[in-house]
Amino acid sequence: MAEFRARRGSNDNRRARPAPRRRTGFDVRAMPGAGTLAVATFFLLYIPMATLVVFAFNSGQSLSVWEGFSFRWFVSAWHNAAIQEVALRSLLIAVVAATCATIVATMAALATTRTAPYPGLTFKYAFINQPLMVPEIVTAVALLIVFSRLKVWTGYSGLGYLILAHTAFCIPFAYLPIRARLESMDLTLERAAADLYAPPLAAFRRVTLPLLKPGILAGFMLAFVISLDDVVITEFVKSGGQDTLPTYLLGQLRRGVSPDINAVATMFLALSAVVVTIYFLINRRRV
Amino acid sequence: MPSAAPHPAVRPRGARRGREIARRWLLSAPALLVILVAAVGPLFVMALYSVMAKGDFGDVRFGTFSSEGWFGVFFQRDIFDDTLTLADAHLTIFWRSVVLSLQTTLAALLLGVPTAYFIATRPARSREIWLFLITIPFWTNLLIRTFAIQEVIRNEGILNGALVGLGIVDRPVQIMFTDTAILIGMVYVYLPLMVLPVYASMEKIDFRLVEAGYDLYAGRLAVLRRIILPLARPGIVAGSILVFIPSLGAYVTPRVLGGGKNMMLGNLIELQFGPGRNWPLGAAISITLMAVVMLALLVYVRNATKGGQHG
Amino acid sequence: MRWKLATGTALVLAAFAAGPASAAGDLNIYNWGDYTSPELIKKFSEVHDVKVTVTDFDSNDTALAKIRAGGHGFDIVVPSANYVPIWISEGLLLEARPDQMPNFKNVDPRWVDVAWDPGRHYTVPWQWGLTGIVVDTSLFKGEINTSAIFLDPPEELAGKINVAPEMNDVLFATIRYFGGSWCSTDKEMLKKVRDKLVEAKSKWLAMDYDIIEKFASRDYGAAYYWNGAAMRSREKNPDVRFGFPKEGYPLFMDSVAILKDAKNPENAKLFMDFIMEPENAAMISNFAKYANGIAGSEAFMSVELKTAPELNIPAEYEAAGEFLLACPPEVNEFYTRLWTDVNK
Repeated sequence: MAEFRARRGSNDNRRARPAPRRRTGFDVRAMPGAGTLAVATFFLLYIPMATLVVFAFNSGQSLSVWEGFSFRWFVSAWHNAAIQEVALRSLLIAVVAATCATIVATMAALATTRTAPYPGLTFKYAFINQPLMVPEIVTAVALLIVFSRLKVWTGYSGLGYLILAHTAFCIPFAYLPIRARLESMDLTLERAAADLYAPPLAAFRRVTLPLLKPGILAGFMLAFVISLDDVVITEFVKSGGQDTLPTYLLGQLRRGVSPDINAVATMFLALSAVVVTIYFLINRRRV
Repeated sequence: MPSAAPHPAVRPRGARRGREIARRWLLSAPALLVILVAAVGPLFVMALYSVMAKGDFGDVRFGTFSSEGWFGVFFQRDIFDDTLTLADAHLTIFWRSVVLSLQTTLAALLLGVPTAYFIATRPARSREIWLFLITIPFWTNLLIRTFAIQEVIRNEGILNGALVGLGIVDRPVQIMFTDTAILIGMVYVYLPLMVLPVYASMEKIDFRLVEAGYDLYAGRLAVLRRIILPLARPGIVAGSILVFIPSLGAYVTPRVLGGGKNMMLGNLIELQFGPGRNWPLGAAISITLMAVVMLALLVYVRNATKGGQHG
Repeated sequence: MRWKLATGTALVLAAFAAGPASAAGDLNIYNWGDYTSPELIKKFSEVHDVKVTVTDFDSNDTALAKIRAGGHGFDIVVPSANYVPIWISEGLLLEARPDQMPNFKNVDPRWVDVAWDPGRHYTVPWQWGLTGIVVDTSLFKGEINTSAIFLDPPEELAGKINVAPEMNDVLFATIRYFGGSWCSTDKEMLKKVRDKLVEAKSKWLAMDYDIIEKFASRDYGAAYYWNGAAMRSREKNPDVRFGFPKEGYPLFMDSVAILKDAKNPENAKLFMDFIMEPENAAMISNFAKYANGIAGSEAFMSVELKTAPELNIPAEYEAAGEFLLACPPEVNEFYTRLWTDVNK
């Protein structure tokens, strides 16, 4: 905030001489400093990514000493069945869990905003955010105790447990942005739809949902990356043969991580770029 | 919280209100159910564990009650002279984690709010691309991301290379393994958790309000403080929560970038469930933490949304 | 939106359907991460026509907690020596009697009558190693076979030291540095231990894993760490040498055991016998770069391993090595609090 505060002086000047502000081309959206800070932020975000991609093409064993260009780590990752398996499993769990979490979080957000207080509203809010409050290891141990009983009783030990656990801790990450969006949303359009006798579901689909989309998108993306990153809960909940990329890396940590992972990370980045491009193309056609 | 919404809420009465409440409970039921099964429910087990006697090699002796876990959160017998004191090691660790999380949240606000504003003021079509650009680095695993940051800030890394090359400093600055390194890493890791919610609430800002502000001779600061920030408040509140709370329990980043010489809350709790073999103490520490965080959260949300009324 | 839902549902269904196959001829191994040679697994599955699944754990405590909770579906687990008695006393292991298996004759006699499993009724050796001193000798040329390197660091190394974040290993070395014995509750000695660690810690750079990269980039000057990692650090930085602390150093041996509730105990026994074959044991070492306990496996090991000074303890330091057995609960609690105090 200091950035903005520092501008107080010039603001006072402007108050005295309002004329220049009326010049043509004055952009009400412009906020000096915001652009600079934003560009700096993006720059900072991508420097480490750039080093990672560069070292994925390193011919040496090292993650930090450049020895020349080669594709050897991509070849090595390509032949590393284990790393592919865990990477794909991570993606699958993240997609499914983030989708489920976003759907139920959207419903919950609709139910807990834009209303007069009703019994249990605060309770719901606290309840939905509960997975955030507890250090992961605690939820992990607690889930281990409960789920292992379930595994014994039901005889089922598939990926369902991991997906359920991931969905649960992703819900607050999806819920908070959606709720924030709803709170800053204007009710008039929905009212207008209701006044025009639109059935509630149609009003929701045609009015509320499109307005809510940025919140849902933000929530889904957060839930997705949070699930993709989870290690502690996964480590305790997973059954045999259910390692994910993070638990696989955790296992490697003590012995030193192989540069294979740089290649895998680079491929993930490429994949995300592809997803973005496809999304962009689809959207452009629609607009 | 409700009257704080920027628009008047629907206030139906009587039977209609009853139906409305029922509908709202139904709508939130799936989320509540999932959380009950996979987060809150198991936590009751943990609460139960915190009042059991600890097992010899981890776990608890189920059915044997003991207050030692809870006692150990706040008090300790000095390991050498047996005097009873407050558990200052736990307090020190708690305090360190809180300070670090606050710093992380502030830094994330400083970078995240302008970034969200920048994205929200792009043309509609490119906004989503910018959003994706914020999250793309997070497709890379936390550990790998942390290693990549290490490459940038270590003594022979890019940052020091640039500083020395440009003649700004004559020898590398030790950033790696300092508190600065932890802060850089934490902000990096948690930034999207700030940007996305803030963006979600800023995207909808009606810039005619801003224009009206300028027409009424408000300066930029006044517009920012009186119009933009209040309208973005729900997002800022959500973002601060999403950054602050997870960073309280973080330990991968502090360990890798900070050198891990000092424990964080996350490490302390993990130690109890790991080689410390004191599950009741671990459970009691975490429940204490949860209670403190929950209380702080409710107070914060209440105050923050109340403040929103001047918008 | 609709197609999104449909895809989501399809994915969920696919995920539920894809549980582990439980056909005959399975084997589920639960081992330390990055520790199981893929070639070894491939060979075993081909020879015995068994589908092998390997799952990683990251610490003894995680493994113990998970198995104890039940419903895990594993057949084989590979705990460290100090944990084996716990596993046995908690009734988690099958008394598989590897000592009566045909290949048991290959086990190095040194590893037969071990404290944690006398006569080897439950476990067979997987790999063993030790925690010792790693020094970049371009920085320091003095004596390195001593814990003083990290407890009373020489001028040249102060501020460049990394210590493995392992409570037991660090406490053991410090206790022995003051002449104490493991699991001792001698308060006067332990007070010295605490004060020494607090003082020494100010001269450490980090307490972290992953020393190999940091020795390669010369960020670290010394470390208290495992010998296998020391060997791999030397491959990247030729100035790196390994020292065996003469005051005392902790040994570890991870051992293969069969779980009492294993679904495939017969395959698990086949696997136990299989890894006692010298050629197969050598595959384990060639992959994970630690010594195994099978006599004759050297013949099949890579040259670097056979000649590595890190993996072959010189006779004069052999007696200083000790396996860290699990201390009684009250001692462990005391040590945990001391450790918390040091790291607060």
